[in-house]
Amino acid sequence: MEVSDRAAQVIAGLFEKATGQRFTEERFWRIGTTLTPFCKARGIGSFDQLASILARSADPELSLDIIDALLNNETSFFRDPNVFTQIDRHILPRLAASRQDVKRLRLWSAACSSGQEAYSLAIMLAEQAERWAGWKIEIIGSDISRSAIAKARSALFTQLEVQRGLPIRQLVGWFDPVLDRGWRAKPALTSLVTFARHNLLGPPLAGGRFDLILCRNALLYFSPERKHQMLEGLSLALASDGALLLGAGETALGNSARFVSDPALPIVYRSAAHARFTNAA
Amino acid sequence: MMKTCLVVDDSKVIRKVARHILEALHFNVEEAGDGREALDRCEAGNLPDVILLDWNMPVMSGMEFLRSLGASALPNRPKVVFCTTENDVAHIRAAIEAGADEYMMKPFDRDTLESKLQLVGVA
Ligand SMILES: C[S@@+](CC[C@H](N)C(=O)[O-])C[C@H]1O[C@@H](n2cnc3c(N)ncnc32)[C@H](O)[C@@H]1O
Repeated sequence: MEVSDRAAQVIAGLFEKATGQRFTEERFWRIGTTLTPFCKARGIGSFDQLASILARSADPELSLDIIDALLNNETSFFRDPNVFTQIDRHILPRLAASRQDVKRLRLWSAACSSGQEAYSLAIMLAEQAERWAGWKIEIIGSDISRSAIAKARSALFTQLEVQRGLPIRQLVGWFDPVLDRGWRAKPALTSLVTFARHNLLGPPLAGGRFDLILCRNALLYFSPERKHQMLEGLSLALASDGALLLGAGETALGNSARFVSDPALPIVYRSAAHARFTNAA
Repeated sequence: MMKTCLVVDDSKVIRKVARHILEALHFNVEEAGDGREALDRCEAGNLPDVILLDWNMPVMSGMEFLRSLGASALPNRPKVVFCTTENDVAHIRAAIEAGADEYMMKPFDRDTLESKLQLVGVA
């Protein structure tokens, strides 16, 4: 189906308003390839027809579905294994020591897509049962995509999805097969994770600060101003001695003065205010 | 140096699909149509870095191959990734117990195969 300029503007405008991501004109073609099957399935005959439904805000459900369809939800279990090795070797042992008195751990997988990152963290913690015995552990996954969050909550992954990044021993250890549908995370994992729909450009998540935040492969879609705005939000959500991890190729430096990279562990960002404080002390 | 993958499967189509993906991932690919043929190659000292192993094959099954390979005390045992339509927990556990390093359920695609090769440390 042809996408007229007017229709593309309307759809891109809707997308930007909801997500903060700008659809540049060079990427307008993606609207056509992504949304043509989508429109056909709903009996919408042209992009102009779609645009006029959207412009009248006549169908909020449809708008949400379109936003979801245009978002890139690429993810996998233990994506970038080195990051998880660092969490395992350095970040978690340090938190186990520094939170020993309260025995409480809050981890945030921000922009978690369908939840594989949150479940990967849950597997790591569940495999260290001894270290965390008696602790209250919360792993919160959030994303702006309604369909991604619904999938994350279902804890059900297709056979292809569980074969990306997840070692076979962990698949059989932590998931149950569901006939013809894939594999579902066991209660030992689902009891550690909760999912919420949340816009990283909006007000912070409720419930207190986080000891570890992963916000990976999301910032790259945003303009410098929006990156700055997101990092401001993340800094308010991070415990003063907490750790922030971004995606490979993403950086807080130059985008926000709130973070500095940890000299001992360069993939980790720490609160700049706290770093000044501890250096002075 | 280019790594070698031995694809052991009685289906020509699967071997071709696997070869196509593996070559795109810069592997040198060899093929065997059953476990016996694969074992002969290995015992002749023709050891790949990794073996992609089907379960059900004529002459010698993947499981029999794996057990014989384990018993053969080769110096650099290749990594073994099962690649089979058997997708139940019992089969998977049996494969792990017999010494498989990874396990891939068909159908697979480039991402899953690449991921399994990374997990066994050859990609
Ligand atoms: C490429 S995925 C990355 C998923 C995961 N963090 C990873 O690294 O594998 C990017 C995710 O960011 C989400 N996203 C985009 N804009 C967002 C926003 N404004 N607030 C929250 N999430 C957003 C998308 O829905 C998508 O699921």
